[in-house]
Amino acid sequence: MILHDLDVTAQQFEAHTGWAIKAEGACKAELCVPLGGAAFDLEAVADKLGMPLVQDAERALWALGPSSLGGRALTTAEAPELVLPDLDGRPFALSSLRGQKVVLVAWAPY
Amino acid sequence: MRSEVHPRGVEIVTVCLEVGGAEVARPFVDRAHPEHPSLIDTAHEMDARFGVVNIPSGTWIDEGGTIVRPAEPAWPGPAPQRTPTPDTSGDARQQHVRQLVADRIVNHRARYANAVRDWAANGAASRFALAPAEVVARSQPRPLDVARAAAHFELAQHLWTAGQRDGAISHFRAAHRLQPENWTYKRQAWSLISVETQPGPRARLRQWPSADQPAAWPFESDFERDLERLPRGDYYPDTLPGE
Repeated sequence: MILHDLDVTAQQFEAHTGWAIKAEGACKAELCVPLGGAAFDLEAVADKLGMPLVQDAERALWALGPSSLGGRALTTAEAPELVLPDLDGRPFALSSLRGQKVVLVAWAPY
Repeated sequence: MRSEVHPRGVEIVTVCLEVGGAEVARPFVDRAHPEHPSLIDTAHEMDARFGVVNIPSGTWIDEGGTIVRPAEPAWPGPAPQRTPTPDTSGDARQQHVRQLVADRIVNHRARYANAVRDWAANGAASRFALAPAEVVARSQPRPLDVARAAAHFELAQHLWTAGQRDGAISHFRAAHRLQPENWTYKRQAWSLISVETQPGPRARLRQWPSADQPAAWPFESDFERDLERLPRGDYYPDTLPGE
């Protein structure tokens, strides 16, 4: 998630990361991480979830990295949402294939 | 494979991990004439969201949206029909890399295709479908440094696309340092430079300093040097159960 400032709302955070901010804390699938009930603050929440905020100071940019909670790429077996464009730029949501088995194949021309 | 498994309720979705986007991916996709969704991932979100570290890679998701096999080496396409004639073209370095690829890189194509067929036929009862706790445990390790690598790569891709080359390269280098086992981060960055510095239509694949401009290579390593250090079989770890 590329950021030009750290003024991010809880809704924006959930839309990008899949972590919903609830009374119980930051929640994804069956996992909730307590946040202490304070108002949403990106840096504090990112720290609790093991998400690095990497700054490019020269260009006033940040990138919010994925969660390192649990020490694995996946914190749950529930497939994250993935919305990517097709070759013509039309967005396609992985969740639109619910009801089918999916083999998601990553490839590259290099 | 799609024509074989789709009638049994399996859809293939391909995702091209390429900073250059649709313009670069289109010729490859057009040649394949796919009937399945073909998507473009310029920021390598597949690495951050699913733990992809190399290509080709496959992740299995069941009808309810649960991952039953985390990202792993995968070959869902057909095997070559015949052994290709040995390619002896190119300079000495190209031939050396070709030899290293043959020596060091092992694929498990036939076994993977059979695993997909088994899942198509047997669903949750397939011996290849994993329980949720095992899916999480078998997903790629992600200490904080690896999460930082993903953030640096995203910055690199953003800056490269904006034409800020020097800034992009510094973040590519950081991503490589923080997650050296991630081949998509390395080979993507190497290919962006090799396209600029190597001649010919296959420059994207010659991921090492050019003979004409060796000082123009801005990375700490390259494909030839990394392959030389790589134990045989490590490029595509064998993650499938035995026959």
